[in-house]
Amino acid sequence: MIRITGVAKRFGAGGVVLDGTDLTIGAGEIFGIIGRSGAGKSTLLRLFNGLERPDEGQVLIRGEDIGTRDGAQLRAVRRRVAMVFQNFGLLSSRTVEENVALPLRIAGVDRTAIAERVAELIDRVGLADHRRKYPAQLSGGQKQRVGIARALATSPEVLLCDEVTSALDPETTRSILDLLSGLNRELGLTIVLITHEMDVIRRICDRVAVLEAGRVAEIGTTAEVLLSPRAATTRAMLAETDRGVPIETRSAMRILRFTTLGAAADHPVLSSVARETGVDIAILGGQTGRLRDQAYSQLTLGLSGDGIDAAVARLASFGRVEA
Amino acid sequence: MMPLFTHIDWADIAQACIDTLEMLGGALLLTVLLGLPLGIALFLTGPRQVWSRRFVHAALALVVNLLRAVPFIILLIVMIPLTVLLVGTSLGVIGAIPPLVVGAAPFFARLVETALREVDRDTIEATQAMGATTTQLVSRTLLPEALPGLIAATTLTAIALVSFTAMAGVVGAGGLGDLAIRFGYQRFQTDVMIVTVALLLILVQILQIAGDRLVRRVSHR
Repeated sequence: MIRITGVAKRFGAGGVVLDGTDLTIGAGEIFGIIGRSGAGKSTLLRLFNGLERPDEGQVLIRGEDIGTRDGAQLRAVRRRVAMVFQNFGLLSSRTVEENVALPLRIAGVDRTAIAERVAELIDRVGLADHRRKYPAQLSGGQKQRVGIARALATSPEVLLCDEVTSALDPETTRSILDLLSGLNRELGLTIVLITHEMDVIRRICDRVAVLEAGRVAEIGTTAEVLLSPRAATTRAMLAETDRGVPIETRSAMRILRFTTLGAAADHPVLSSVARETGVDIAILGGQTGRLRDQAYSQLTLGLSGDGIDAAVARLASFGRVEA
Repeated sequence: MMPLFTHIDWADIAQACIDTLEMLGGALLLTVLLGLPLGIALFLTGPRQVWSRRFVHAALALVVNLLRAVPFIILLIVMIPLTVLLVGTSLGVIGAIPPLVVGAAPFFARLVETALREVDRDTIEATQAMGATTTQLVSRTLLPEALPGLIAATTLTAIALVSFTAMAGVVGAGGLGDLAIRFGYQRFQTDVMIVTVALLLILVQILQIAGDRLVRRVSHR
């Protein structure tokens, strides 16, 4: 769907924002780009709808190089690649309905068709009772719903989300992420989002790229990247959000990290392995949770007794075991 | 000392009021028509803006600053040949309008630029991301979003024009300022001076209150 190759972007004298970035995003996936502020996330996202132009390299949307598109061609691309903003970007002088109608009016759609589409979109995001209000009368979450409805107006294939939950409280964040997830499922919408919050990635992304100083430090499925991070940046960012710190122990236990994903997380793996092999298992630390719709657990275990190797082999049949 | 308010020619005053209102109305209309596009151009060509053009911006800014640097009283005199060329006379209400517009339009243009800068950047970016042309960006987002600011700018400009019209009295423009100079100053008729100043004050008050009300009505922030 989206492919960028060797993209570089500089600002001013010597300021490198993107430095030979490569990335491929598939149709219908929710792709997350995470990085600290200043890593080049915003600039990268804005390449996908031509709000920024690359100094080098190509930005391909369905094989079409939009880095070189201009005028009417670029405007046509923007109707297929819509965007949602951190601070909503709503017109304070227009009602909810008028805001949602704006992209259609800009595209020159006729009035009756606009009215119909706008009503449908406002229902879709659950704002039917607020259609004639002005943005100033809405809460942050409601404003972002208007932003999403507006972005969907021209029936885009791709939705770019620029830190869309960063201005919202945790509960509202969840409801907005659920909305995006539903749109992805029901409309087959490709969603690219940038964020600095690991929880956003955890909750809805299929794949994730970690950006550091204008380069992709790591890319993979959310499970790969979050459960076995390779890049130092990813590890550091995960350490900031992970609650559990393993207990230190002096006894003669074999310490290992055990990660399960999906169905295995629902099974009583530890007690059955302990019973079968006679090995004692202590849980020293770890966490459990969800990655999009998949349950996961990642535990630091301490094994003691005879037959540790057999126990490790049994554990490995349920998930990944690392020393 | 003469008794006050006995020698006032009220017909003169009425005519002066009409002249002032005509000058104000005509000059304000033309100032907005000229200053609004100029202000939009200043904004769009500015650094890191939608249609950033460094040299165009610098050239526009220079012209605006030059016109704003010239004291209005000097502008009135310097403009006389151009005014005659444009409207056939440098006297009366018609003769006053060209210098008034040239004096006020750059001021208004700067206020327009400032009002447009107040428009939220995300909102501008969102409009571009919808596939809007620059014309659509201006007409559908920038102007509606900046409307309260633009009305406030128009109010300020109208009030500045009231004092400009008074100065235009010096070069024979007519109006309340002219009356104040000829009777109040040159003939020591303090009472005429008081009446004209009072009338000008009423005019300024009306403009300010009407402007503020309108701003409140169109503002949904």
